Amino acid sequence: MDKWEDNKAWFLVVPVFLIVAFSAIIPLMTVVNYSIQDILAPGKGVFVGVEWFREILSDSRLHGALIRQIIYTFSILAIEIPLGIMIALLMPARGFSSSISLVIVAIPLLIPWNVVGTIFQIFGRGDIGLGGAFLHKIGIDYNYASDSVDAWLTVLTMDVWHWTPLVVLLCFAGLRAIPDAYYQAAKIDGASKWAVFRFIQLPKLKGVLIIAVLLRFMDSFMIYTEPFVLSGGGPGNATTFLSQYLAQLAIGQFDLGPAAAFSLIYFLIILLFCFIFYTFMQNAEKENG
Amino acid sequence: MTRIALDQIAHSYLPKPDGKDDYALKKIDTIWDDGAAYALLGPSGCGKTTLLNIISGLLTPSEGKVLYDGVDVTNLPPEKRNIAQVFQFPVLYDTMTVFDNLAFPLRNRGIEKKEVDKRVYEVAELLELTPFLKKKAKGLGADSKQKISLGRGLVRKDVAAILFDEPLTVIDPHLKWLLRRKLKEIHEQTGITFIYVTHDQVEAMTFADKVVVMYEGEIVQVGTPRELFENPEHTFVGYFIGSPGMNFLDCRLDGKYAVYGDTKIPLSEKTIEMAKNINGPLQLGIRPMYIEFDLDGKEGSIPVEVSKIEDLGHCRIVTADLSGNELKIRIPEGVNIQTGTQKIFFPPEWTKLYSDGKLINKGAI
Repeated sequence: MDKWEDNKAWFLVVPVFLIVAFSAIIPLMTVVNYSIQDILAPGKGVFVGVEWFREILSDSRLHGALIRQIIYTFSILAIEIPLGIMIALLMPARGFSSSISLVIVAIPLLIPWNVVGTIFQIFGRGDIGLGGAFLHKIGIDYNYASDSVDAWLTVLTMDVWHWTPLVVLLCFAGLRAIPDAYYQAAKIDGASKWAVFRFIQLPKLKGVLIIAVLLRFMDSFMIYTEPFVLSGGGPGNATTFLSQYLAQLAIGQFDLGPAAAFSLIYFLIILLFCFIFYTFMQNAEKENG
Repeated sequence: MTRIALDQIAHSYLPKPDGKDDYALKKIDTIWDDGAAYALLGPSGCGKTTLLNIISGLLTPSEGKVLYDGVDVTNLPPEKRNIAQVFQFPVLYDTMTVFDNLAFPLRNRGIEKKEVDKRVYEVAELLELTPFLKKKAKGLGADSKQKISLGRGLVRKDVAAILFDEPLTVIDPHLKWLLRRKLKEIHEQTGITFIYVTHDQVEAMTFADKVVVMYEGEIVQVGTPRELFENPEHTFVGYFIGSPGMNFLDCRLDGKYAVYGDTKIPLSEKTIEMAKNINGPLQLGIRPMYIEFDLDGKEGSIPVEVSKIEDLGHCRIVTADLSGNELKIRIPEGVNIQTGTQKIFFPPEWTKLYSDGKLINKGAI
């Protein structure tokens, strides 16, 4: 009888349940549903079991996209994290100049993905683009539309330009949280600049760096808009990463079944990496405590 | 070994100080003898830490000179001075073991491995850190961490003075006195000058040979704990040291007496001699424990209204009213005082006179 007196709780739970259902569970279950059927026409499907998973896992184009994706993600992590730390270390710590440099550094973060793509598409053009024309002038044959290395470098540059500021901001906040006494003690101990970085700043930045790596990993692993705007995943499939390939399957070819199976695998890969990072983070925290 | 002298040191955190109030330190002129244990005592914000940072070189004073054995080191950075500092919160290199933490200052100075090992083991032994040497410094308790901070100073052979900036703030109360005793022990064994900043008078009094009392950017008195207690040279010292603090009465001089309202308090001849030439308002100060209850009608005794008697166990504190001014009187066990009108007596040898906060009858007993 007591159980029914607390009906108020339902009013609190139901909206959340509905939101989660419509935003996550139902779409996810639809994808699961698609992944085991061959969709012939809207509303008409044939059950095929794990056929699509088998097909997708042996798809060489997918393998190519996955390898490119991994190389790409680890490249941008290898560039953005050290670069972000370096810039954060060089930024003035206090006063007006500190605020100014923070604003300047943060500007790229305010620009939407597709605009960044467009900016670089124009910037890199050989005829009218500031960067592209300049490279041509000094004798470098640069063309992101026909040369896959150039396209790669452009997408990398774009991401570094767009997202290094995030790492900078996180590191800057982390650096400001180090009490002065550490620097003073290091001075008295006669520590070199490198020793201060290695034994004080870097260990104290560990927490924010883990977050930075996690965020940049997830975001770059799902990169879609920038290469799409720049060259549509080309030339050839040089900048076709996982998201591009998925979009091609689902929207370009209407292979909903394979695309759904692919989505689930994609989702599991990201989930796996996030789980690894999360565990790592928890352990780091335990050590600190 | 080193004698540290501060020559006309003044410091302001403002780029262009304007007037006395802009200075965190106002004209400090003092000498720290080699091998002594000093406590730098004062309320929060009186400039203790600023002074400490000037001695260690973390801060360059706006004016004046810092001399180590007569050599001007004012513009030398801390690593070039033979000095170590322990901060309020333990500073450790988290990723290193205790051993590496202790060895860090030596390695930075390029000292060879054999010597480093020897020094670290010695210091670890002295600080009772030997069992932890292989452990990461991060997991240790606050007291051990503070010992490591101290150890990083002690390992250096050339260290002439170790500066402590309220080092026991984060230590549990029951470990505080253990660590303080350890510090005292280390001071005795090493003979290094210790300068210990604190706002806790008990800490200062138990730790130091000499206590330096600071108030609003100035050193108001340097002395042994006993001197500070018996002969406060500044009203602030009287008020800050001792519990309860000194009693003060605004008064004027009239012949052989200090006059407060219509109460006449007899003074010693020497005091009268010294006070004669002072213009401006005077203050009379007396420690609660020196006020006597007059039970047999001495000359010059003063009637007061006793309102409260608090028993603190080892003594009792009497609160009495003297024409609107509250007096605290500390009486030993065995003396019986009732509330109501009582007569008290101010022994002239313990009656101090102050003008503008400063003692004027110094040495007049």
